[in-house]
Amino acid sequence: MFKKTVAELSRALASKAVSSVELTQLFLDRISKYRDLNAFITVDPEKSLAQARAADARRAKGEAAALTGIPVAQKDIFCADGWLTTCGSKMLSSFIAPYDATAIARFSGAGAVLLGKTNMDEFAMGSSNETSHFGPVRNPWDPTTVPGGSSGGSAAAVAARLAPAATGTDTGGSIRQPAALTNLTGLKPSYGRVSRYGMIAFASSLDQGGPMTQSAEDAALLLGVMAGFDQRDSTSVDAPVPDFVAALDHPLKGLRIGLPKEYFGDGLSADVAKAVEAAIAEYRKLGAQTVEVSLPNSSLAIPCYYVLAPAEASSNLSRYDGVRYGFRAAEYKDLIDMYCKTRAQGFGAEVKRRIMIGTYALSAGYYDAYYLKAQRLRRLIAQDFEQAFEVCDVIMGPTSPTTAFKLGAKSDDPVSMYLSDIYTISVNLAGLPGLSIPAGFDGKGLPVGLQIIGRYFGEERLLNVAHQYQQATDWHRRLPKGFD
Amino acid sequence: MEWESVIGLEIHAQLSTRSKAFSGAATRYGAEPNTQACAVDIALPGVLPVFNEQAARMAVKFGLAIGAQINHRSVFARKNYFYPDLPKGYQISQYEIPVVAKGSLTIELDGHERLIGITRAHLEEDAGKSLHEDFHGMTGIDLNRAGTPLLEIVSEPDLRSAKEAVAYMKKLHQLVVYLGICDGNMQEGSFRCDANVSVRRKGDPKFGTRAEIKNVNSFRFVEKAIEFEIERQIDLIESGKSVVQETRLYDADKDQTRSMRSKEEAMDYRYFPDPDLPPLVVDEAFVREVQATLPELPDARRARFMSQYGLNRYDAGVLTSSREMAEYYETAVRESKGDPKIVANWIAVELSGYLNLDNKDIAESPVSAKMIAGLVQRIADNTISGKIAKEVLEAMWAGEGDADAVIAKKGLKQITDTGAIEKAIDEVIAKNTAQLEQYRAGKEALFGFFVGQVMKATRGKANPQQVNELLKKKLAG
Repeated sequence: MFKKTVAELSRALASKAVSSVELTQLFLDRISKYRDLNAFITVDPEKSLAQARAADARRAKGEAAALTGIPVAQKDIFCADGWLTTCGSKMLSSFIAPYDATAIARFSGAGAVLLGKTNMDEFAMGSSNETSHFGPVRNPWDPTTVPGGSSGGSAAAVAARLAPAATGTDTGGSIRQPAALTNLTGLKPSYGRVSRYGMIAFASSLDQGGPMTQSAEDAALLLGVMAGFDQRDSTSVDAPVPDFVAALDHPLKGLRIGLPKEYFGDGLSADVAKAVEAAIAEYRKLGAQTVEVSLPNSSLAIPCYYVLAPAEASSNLSRYDGVRYGFRAAEYKDLIDMYCKTRAQGFGAEVKRRIMIGTYALSAGYYDAYYLKAQRLRRLIAQDFEQAFEVCDVIMGPTSPTTAFKLGAKSDDPVSMYLSDIYTISVNLAGLPGLSIPAGFDGKGLPVGLQIIGRYFGEERLLNVAHQYQQATDWHRRLPKGFD
Repeated sequence: MEWESVIGLEIHAQLSTRSKAFSGAATRYGAEPNTQACAVDIALPGVLPVFNEQAARMAVKFGLAIGAQINHRSVFARKNYFYPDLPKGYQISQYEIPVVAKGSLTIELDGHERLIGITRAHLEEDAGKSLHEDFHGMTGIDLNRAGTPLLEIVSEPDLRSAKEAVAYMKKLHQLVVYLGICDGNMQEGSFRCDANVSVRRKGDPKFGTRAEIKNVNSFRFVEKAIEFEIERQIDLIESGKSVVQETRLYDADKDQTRSMRSKEEAMDYRYFPDPDLPPLVVDEAFVREVQATLPELPDARRARFMSQYGLNRYDAGVLTSSREMAEYYETAVRESKGDPKIVANWIAVELSGYLNLDNKDIAESPVSAKMIAGLVQRIADNTISGKIAKEVLEAMWAGEGDADAVIAKKGLKQITDTGAIEKAIDEVIAKNTAQLEQYRAGKEALFGFFVGQVMKATRGKANPQQVNELLKKKLAG
């Protein structure tokens, strides 16, 4: 039962083959059994089982929706009323959220069960889940490697089937890269598609929440719940939410796939390149055509991102000052000392590094040279995509330049860590939807992800393209050894 | 050496919206600490601001009232600094593009009018309050005020004296209250002022180095603080020293300003556009909609009162000092159907006397406009004399009812019956034969004595005109 997708579990629940309480208990047991993965920060079986009982009661009354009774793991960046919500940081290590994020409220409204809060890089800053205050997460495909980040806990949880599905957030690749490294389908929606209310901010103009699932069909089911206008988020877009599931079955004949030459150059590992090219060949077999496109400003995406995201973060994280909630240093001389010690002790090294970069970029005398210039680059990068989409419907390439790397391999080299997101970051800068799907394995048996980038608010097409591939292949159904 | 002072004011007017600038929490003043601070106001992790459109409406209203250009697209920015009563660690403000651009305001001082430029007015949120008094060795934080919408109105350095600065501040105060966008309550901090002051030798085209005086919260203190600061700067320069650019605080107890922080210590606020908020878009339709709600402005109304009702400049000024006062007057004119100048006199002089005495606002007057109209009518129809009317007004102020009720109760109705007046005159003449003889002998000044006696005999109620006429005849014999 634990190997089933959300869509399959939904049918099992509907046919009374299993109850939500049974399902929830099953996954709680697996979480407990595989706790060495360190995928979860908080599990609260009582709370989860209470929700499961409520879901079963709702189903008994005939009021069940597709996700009613389905356990879903939530990244610990989403505030959930009454739940410890840490964002992977010592700063919030004892913060119990007094309210629900809009995404959490929508899952509750659909009858989904909150299975637990997953581990993550501190404040979503990282690509390996090693910056978490609660320790690194291990990749179920090889426990000596990282699961990617920042949504590493969600990735490991679904990859090891400790949860049938999970949520993540993606500021520069934090859903797609871990999905690629753990053989999952991970969707970063268009900016404005999913409400950010209650999702702890890293870089407000880039952050988006989205599903991390076993299949495109499951991603469609979850996105259907998460998406939609929210008046509490002024950046959410008031557009109708299409039926993502209904759109899955479109044939691919005539699909034009753009292949950016910049995504297949230096720095891409041979194994990844091979798997991605094989996946593209499969698409051609399914009736798609490919066309070379160019995203000439791609090489500027990382420097652009590492000015803008830290700039926003430096301001977003100012609220963690020890005054009202969260961690406060035990001893201090005066107000300034309280601020300094609280923030020095409460934040980890990567968070501090980014706060410093961002503060510098916004400082008088540097603002024009860094922040404003990066904003101009951001527009150029978005224009590259607009031009590319004149000749194609979706863009494909690798999600990550390599497969999962060893724990600790890049911890001391922030720049090489930042390069893990080289293919994903520009999608956030352009506000577009991007998706990573399983596309095979490297020589060591580690998963490779294929990235598919769509037009603004084109999630329907994106999920359809992914689903058609998953109908023809079974990469996404493979499980890591020891978890099957 | 002749010196000239150069002053610019930054006024923070608290907008009287029901809820906060970026959250749904109430803005009521004086609630228990932290009872009007929601998740957004205390900056919990994950919360987001949503702009209160009502505040935009008010800002645009102000912009239209000062003839300013309205920016159709203005941008919210973050002003970053750490302070315990600033929950997010930044204040949402407008920096590069404010909602209201250049406008102006005409002030009047000693009979002279001057046009004062307004550089800009922008929307921002207020911080909370730090309470240092009530907590031993600790600071209390009250976030009720955090997130309250403010309009910061920045003037050009066009003001040339402390008195002009106060005249400008009062004019602005009158305007925002008139527009209904600010309650103007200075004790509660709804209308606060920072003053930029510098001095230069008269005729020097360059400005001197300025000091900014922070947070002066009464008209009187603004005048005193600026006057002190001007003297201090002149003294410095005349003694061979120079003024340093700095922020200063006014100490009302000592009547002096003192240094708070120098330019070197000035903070770098690292302003940048707030990524949580799209630009504020104010389209033509919105502006037209706000334009339609604009009341007649004080200056226009004053001019109209002078031309339409024939009032002098002073009375017209008093009667347009607030919207309530102007409406009170016009209601009284309409209701009384009487001479607008007489109505004006009863309000601007007599009633205002009582209001000032009891330190009351026209809105709190126990005598309504209708009641004043009733009083004026009774004068016009000769029921009472102007003199008796003052007695009636006193009783009305004391809450004894309207003019008719007071007149009836106190028996103040004027005597117009010729027979009754003649009878009173006859009695007075009979009692004062000596004076009668003197009068008839040519001492005409005694006429006033007889008038007084008759009025006394009728307890002031006799119609004075009739008394005059009849008395003249009787005294002549």
